[in-house]
Amino acid sequence: MVTLNTRPLQKFSKILGLGTARPDVVVTNDDVCEWIDSSDEWIRTRTGISTRHRADSETSAMDLAIAAARDALQRSAVPPEEIDGVIVSTISHPYATPSLAAKLAHEIGVSPAAAYDISAACAGYCYGVGQADALVRAGAARNVLVVGVEKLSDFIDNSERSISFLLGDGAGAVVVGPSEEAGIGPTVWGSDGSKWETINMTHSLLEVRNRDWISDPVREDEKVWPTLYQDGPTVFRWAAWEMAKVAQQALDEAGVSAEDLGAFVPHQANMRIIDQLVKTLKLPDHVVVGRDIADAGNTSAASVPLAARRLLDEHPELSGRLALQIGFGAGLVYAAQVVVLP
Amino acid sequence: MADKNEILAGLAEIVNEETGVETSDVQLEKSFTEDLDIDSISMMTIVVNAEEKFGVTIPDEEVKNLTTVGEAVDFIANAS
Repeated sequence: MVTLNTRPLQKFSKILGLGTARPDVVVTNDDVCEWIDSSDEWIRTRTGISTRHRADSETSAMDLAIAAARDALQRSAVPPEEIDGVIVSTISHPYATPSLAAKLAHEIGVSPAAAYDISAACAGYCYGVGQADALVRAGAARNVLVVGVEKLSDFIDNSERSISFLLGDGAGAVVVGPSEEAGIGPTVWGSDGSKWETINMTHSLLEVRNRDWISDPVREDEKVWPTLYQDGPTVFRWAAWEMAKVAQQALDEAGVSAEDLGAFVPHQANMRIIDQLVKTLKLPDHVVVGRDIADAGNTSAASVPLAARRLLDEHPELSGRLALQIGFGAGLVYAAQVVVLP
Repeated sequence: MADKNEILAGLAEIVNEETGVETSDVQLEKSFTEDLDIDSISMMTIVVNAEEKFGVTIPDEEVKNLTTVGEAVDFIANAS
């Protein structure tokens, strides 16, 4: 009996570089109030959002992903030929197939790296980091590029009140590679499909295709293109309390306490969720909290790396410190881990 | 079954802590949204804190039916 070879295992992995891309169009609350009956004060109080960045019609999710990936590669100083895997988390790539990841790998010069997309919405970046950590340590890839990218503005209805006004576009990317010391703690991840309807699309593309447009024509103000909606209060309760338990578990499994943290980087869904998580986790005052949502809005898979990049730019001393990061969203799905900031 | 006056007093404290509404304004006939101006997110915070304080479970789908303070008090009284 022949014994199969296996690749050597790596003991540890870490984030080697973190890059981002923020689109140029700034949408203010006053802009939003031209589409829905609201006010700047109401939106700030309820969500903590003042502006959100959105991409123009000429800029695609692919463009944002390329910009963030190039930034991450440059910061990591890993040569393109040493990237063996590309994982892209997105819900706004407008093709069911082929993946955004495969073309991204080609565009940034890391082909023939294995490349695939994952659908884990606002948890997608943390899902990707968890996968990259596992792939690197298992010897399946030397280095993995993880990208969270969204052009959510293509999948919203500006006249809709439950979620559209929260959302922005952007991209964040990291290179994960081998390390002499543990740079990524155990990923605590999971799903709760019983709440599948809680954040969803208004209808499926099959419903668009199968409709009899002669006998059932488009109604006034009807949006044919599927767009996002959410049951806000239910999501808030799940995110603000259930996710605190997941975040605490990530701390416990990493063997660190809140006192050991330099930063907390939660998904930027709503400032009130962030505030409640900080309160429930009893984070000490010295822990810097990512609050990028105020300017960037909720960018789903891109929100954690965008918030982390901003923290590193504003607080360079956080480099090398521990950060607790957590993503949660449509599925419902969630993932959290403690990482050493690059 | 818990005493409804005690539940009302406890609920009023929770509402006050979350929203700043005076405890004396939290009365049985008052609507959370119309009279006390409590939004859906604050309502969820109140529900979670009430669950902890009174040792009851208030499911998401039930929260939508609790439009007045009195309805919340009754639900907690029957659930505890």
